[in-house]
Amino acid sequence: MARPLINVPARVKRGQTFEIKTLISHVMETGFRYTATGERIPRDIITSFVATYNKEEIFRAVLYPAIAANPFFSFYTVATESGTIAFEWTGDNGFSATESASIVVE
Amino acid sequence: MTQITQRWACGGALLAVFCLAATLAASAEIPLDQRRSSYDLMSRETRAMQDDDAANPGMLWVLDGEALWRAKTGTADKTCADCHGEAADSMKGVAARYPAFDTASGRAVDLEQRINICRRDKQNASPLAYESKDLLALTTYVARQSRGMPIESAADERLKPIVETGRVLFTRRQGQLNLSCAQCHDDNWRQKLAGSPLTQAQPTGYPLYRLEWQTVGSLQRRLRNCLIGMRAEPYAYGSPEYVALETYLMWRARGLKLETPAVRP
Repeated sequence: MARPLINVPARVKRGQTFEIKTLISHVMETGFRYTATGERIPRDIITSFVATYNKEEIFRAVLYPAIAANPFFSFYTVATESGTIAFEWTGDNGFSATESASIVVE
Repeated sequence: MTQITQRWACGGALLAVFCLAATLAASAEIPLDQRRSSYDLMSRETRAMQDDDAANPGMLWVLDGEALWRAKTGTADKTCADCHGEAADSMKGVAARYPAFDTASGRAVDLEQRINICRRDKQNASPLAYESKDLLALTTYVARQSRGMPIESAADERLKPIVETGRVLFTRRQGQLNLSCAQCHDDNWRQKLAGSPLTQAQPTGYPLYRLEWQTVGSLQRRLRNCLIGMRAEPYAYGSPEYVALETYLMWRARGLKLETPAVRP
């Protein structure tokens, strides 16, 4: 159950700068921790996050073990055309999650 | 030799003064009008995180809980919604009244235990483990429906003896540090402990997202945390002692608004 929570305004004025917020459920296990019996807990993190606006990349982040669980991103972009903003998270152990939101530019 | 004796005498006198002060300060419950949620003690950033549903990580558990609410489970093949309908209507105000008295077993049960009783009796499903993701998600989802409502737990007369048991546990010294919960949370809540504000221990936002845990946790987990800090042996999850403490704390917080899912540092 890695359901992302995204917040994109439904309608914006052309040329307006607006905020996008995303939150995803993930343990972000660093790989530096050990169990009580001394076994190393393998690393399990999200390694990359990409946001596209009508297929054009507007934001990209590379994630490292120091980033806390359930990573939250907030960033801004400028409203150009109506369309779709798509998000993709990928990570260790084949982790992949996608989500998208449609936006109307007036 | 004399010096040593003097030092001992001095130490003894100091100890006596401290003990006297501790005795004088003890057993002072927080006046009703001075009670507040530890939300007020948080940084602006952490408050903003709690207030914004798009930034509050506890909302991830609410989303999962909503999915579980509508998922068939157990051999009865029923969902929570089959009996209770929309949680927004049927669960509104429920968390503000828990722990509640369970007539069948004759004892107080907290929200987690109520969910597991429902699973056993109505869904024929196995109980969910304490602090498991699913139990936390369901509890958070149910409690979320009461956000903003005043706590009115322990209004039930039958809960009075359990509140009293909780009060005894709260004020009893225990552990290797020989501390009681009340010494911090009733007597010294205006002070700081290791740079962090000491809270009044008002359980207004459980289950809550604790940044230190990097996950959602229950009030029992928080109590366990404190007991370990006092170097006392924590009770087992689901034990009557925890439920009594929860009942007492919710009674103590009566009238304060529920914040679930809260965020705490």
